Amino acid sequence: MIEYALFFSFAAVAIALIINLWRLATGPTLMDRVLAGDTMVVNTIAIIILYGIQNNTTLYFESALLLAMFSFISTVAYCRFVLRGDVIE
Amino acid sequence: MNFDSELLISIAIVIGGAFILVGSLGLVRLPDLMSRLHGPSKATTLGVGGCLIASMLHFWDVNGHLSVQELLVTLFLFITAPVTAHFIAKAHLHTHQHIKTDLPRPQGLYGWSTYECLPKGMKSPASIRTPSIACDNEPDTNINGDEETSVS
Repeated sequence: MIEYALFFSFAAVAIALIINLWRLATGPTLMDRVLAGDTMVVNTIAIIILYGIQNNTTLYFESALLLAMFSFISTVAYCRFVLRGDVIE
Repeated sequence: MNFDSELLISIAIVIGGAFILVGSLGLVRLPDLMSRLHGPSKATTLGVGGCLIASMLHFWDVNGHLSVQELLVTLFLFITAPVTAHFIAKAHLHTHQHIKTDLPRPQGLYGWSTYECLPKGMKSPASIRTPSIACDNEPDTNINGDEETSVS
């Protein structure tokens, strides 16, 4: 049963990633693109975790944790650059 | 692995995938950025939370002990998603200054703190830096919002 659930969820996350890519390409404003990139990283975390369930290994959780941290840092740095004109003052 | 735990894990995986898809659909379908922020910051975070719960249950079932890494990822995502959404909204408000005229007036002593300075005579705490971007305009002294009608 888990195999079918994983198949459904892989398809859903793949469609979500394609949709996010469309928003990243055609976003009207700069902040739309930043938001689409952030959402793509969150979806990538989900797909890494589902892949770990499928392969029955806990090896990929560290990469998911690293991606979560770096997506937060990069989004905050981007917004700070837009707000203040500099990342570190 | 018995049937009940497998059913529970499958339900969590399906709910997670469905919420991720709904969040990304909201990112595409909604009209402007302030509406679009709702999809990724709420629905996608809930979807990733569902996937992480499924993973935690699965490896609890397989290995026999509860692992902490999923809880770390969940905690980190649930802490950072509102901060990210707040930052993006604030940057959007500052790059589109015409939104300022459409905003309703807040009910405090002074206006939107991302746009305006503190009123005259009010000191900010020493630990908080006053905003330097918005402070080139004069702080709004119209506290109640009905001053124009009384003057005219």
